[in-house]
Amino acid sequence: MADAKVIPFDDDRSRGGGKPRRRSGAGRPRRPDGGGGAAGAEAALSALPGGQGSAAGESGGDGADDGAGESGADGGGAGRTGAAGAADGAASGGRTAPPGAEAAEAVAAALQNALMDALPRLLGGGWERKATDALSFLRRRLTGDYEVDEFGFDAELTDQVLVPLFRPVFEKYFRVTVKGVENIPDTGGALVVCNHSGVVPWDGLMAQVAVHDHHPADRHLRLLAADLVFMLPFVNQLARKGGHTLACADDAARLLARGEVVGVMPEGFKGIGKPFADRYKLQRFGRGGFVSTALRAGAPIVPCSIVGAEEIYPMIGNAKTVARLLGLPYFPVTPTFPWLGALGAVPLPTKWTIEFGEPIPTDGYPPEAADDPMLMFNLTDQVRETIQHTLYKLLVERRSVFF
Amino acid sequence: MGRTVLVTGVARPLVGRLVRRLLREPDVDRVVGVDSRAPEHRLGGAEFVPADIRHPVLARILVEHGIDTVMHMDVTGTPLARGGRAAVKENNVIGSMQLLGACQQAPRVRRLVVKSTTSVYGSAPRDPAVFTESTPPKALPSGGFAKDAVEVEGYVRGFARRRPDVAVCVLRFANILGPRVDTPLAEYLALPALPTVLGYDPRLQFVHEDDVLDVLLLAAGEPRRGTINSGTFNIAGEGVLLLSQAARRLGRPTVPVPLPAVTWVGSALRSAGMTDFSPEQIRLLTHGRVVETTQMRELLGFTPEYSTVETFADFAAGRAAGLLPPREVRRAVDAVGELLGLPGARTPVQADGVAKESVHDG
Repeated sequence: MADAKVIPFDDDRSRGGGKPRRRSGAGRPRRPDGGGGAAGAEAALSALPGGQGSAAGESGGDGADDGAGESGADGGGAGRTGAAGAADGAASGGRTAPPGAEAAEAVAAALQNALMDALPRLLGGGWERKATDALSFLRRRLTGDYEVDEFGFDAELTDQVLVPLFRPVFEKYFRVTVKGVENIPDTGGALVVCNHSGVVPWDGLMAQVAVHDHHPADRHLRLLAADLVFMLPFVNQLARKGGHTLACADDAARLLARGEVVGVMPEGFKGIGKPFADRYKLQRFGRGGFVSTALRAGAPIVPCSIVGAEEIYPMIGNAKTVARLLGLPYFPVTPTFPWLGALGAVPLPTKWTIEFGEPIPTDGYPPEAADDPMLMFNLTDQVRETIQHTLYKLLVERRSVFF
Repeated sequence: MGRTVLVTGVARPLVGRLVRRLLREPDVDRVVGVDSRAPEHRLGGAEFVPADIRHPVLARILVEHGIDTVMHMDVTGTPLARGGRAAVKENNVIGSMQLLGACQQAPRVRRLVVKSTTSVYGSAPRDPAVFTESTPPKALPSGGFAKDAVEVEGYVRGFARRRPDVAVCVLRFANILGPRVDTPLAEYLALPALPTVLGYDPRLQFVHEDDVLDVLLLAAGEPRRGTINSGTFNIAGEGVLLLSQAARRLGRPTVPVPLPAVTWVGSALRSAGMTDFSPEQIRLLTHGRVVETTQMRELLGFTPEYSTVETFADFAAGRAAGLLPPREVRRAVDAVGELLGLPGARTPVQADGVAKESVHDG
């Protein structure tokens, strides 16, 4: 999905229920499942005597109508749901056996046969291997037999669960267009500097999915997050397992020294918590600490501009007293939040673009340059200007907020 | 002429093993063990002097025995026999002051090794992910063993300034585990179900008891060529283990407890005498702690034999299996695979769903 593609917004509803797909193997995620979503949907329909499976099959068919390679994969996913329904049917058929045992057995056998025919078509030839993979994944998780790095990053969990959870949001909800991801080097450290917006840091998560799914070398974006993230229960452990760490010079330098791609939002709370009226106006870039960290590590700086995140929660007010009571840096008031409660916390389905700009090399400077404040200010400004101009350019190109 | 070593805190089993190892060193002539309580284990050919390190008699012992190496192992978190936290603190802090004072008066002392802990870094959400020896703690430990260790290290630094001729080595150990030790963390991990802090999964680091002895011997002797064994070093096995991982590897179910209630559970467990659930340990089990060990490898020239994971495996092997032994869990999953794999009906989707559930609880 490296190309810019506009999917009509209405189509999202029919496919919204699609299960997040597991990434299979090391390659690109969407091809192996394919082999024609239409075939998958058809198989699910034929395997099933009605019930929930046919509904799933229909939604798979909807997906298939869209054409394009991506929808093929989608059909496959929905088809798989159909298979689940079929399996349930088979199981329940088996359970009701005693009264009319023979008939039920015959039905069960027929269903099973149908399934055995359908499964290879649905999941491709290697479905047994996939089943085995899933079970070994489960076995590793339940026995604690996996590795995390010193930051608590759990690569397996991120690849298999966390990114697939956010992938539908990335592909179907915000329909993110990714540009210039090849500007992130294939090997070695790099510092990705993004603008920050949208009240809730969806932009960071989407940038992470963008790099994970679209970068040819399958790199992980290691985001630097505010200390608030590491104070909140649940959020902190998911953040650590997803590869994020505290935004401080020590951690950034350590990650860059390990040759990781580090993502930083220098605007911090000033950027993410700014009112709607200030959208796409970059805030102050901290003290430029990120530049000296990159300079010390000799890592290139990749400016990254994210368009679309500003409008997901139009923040028209800031309840400072509530924020102070809750210990938060701001408490957003939007047209829907907090008035509609949890429903108001659903982000607006804006159309996003994430553009990674030309890398700015930093390895040409002498080591003592990292302590030169003028150079730091200049480089910081350069990065900031680049992001701001790219934002304006993308905004001009944008047809509408939602499409 | 060989060295004469004084070791404090010899009533503890691990220190007893250290004494026996020291006696086997070729350049060690004599070992003098000091503790206020007679050790239950044998000390080999070492001489045991029953003395309280809080007492000035220590200065006389140092001179009488012609001690040139002092190994201060008596900074500990748990009381050995009677006496509560106050007695432990008294022993840790006042005892260390007395010992250092005595060392200052003893001209023959050439080397001082102090056993400290990585809990001097504290544990807070605002800390960097990995502590180096020079990282200042964001929140100083508010009490308990960690605060004692911070104070003791302060006195040791003062001593090092006053006696620049003495090589001072402070070893900050991560949580010590092994088949034989009984640290508070080992006691905690021996509980049938592990109370954890709801919503937090701390990163832990362990060091094996054998590696502890090895590195203490290394620090007690002359530095090897190309290495320096004076200064402050973090000592930990390579790698990191999450608490959830550790619990699963042990086969013990976890009981997540919301943060405010953790303190109550802790004091309940403490009064039941099951484990010493100190506030500092709760902080460790909330935010975790990982230290950098480059200095240990490059300057001290020490590479632990056991990584964190191997240390934990060795510890787990020496303990009774928990309620959910990993082998059984693995077998159960395999059974599911066989059951579903043969008819081949619902494996992929179902396995997917279960996998997600398992992730949510971890």
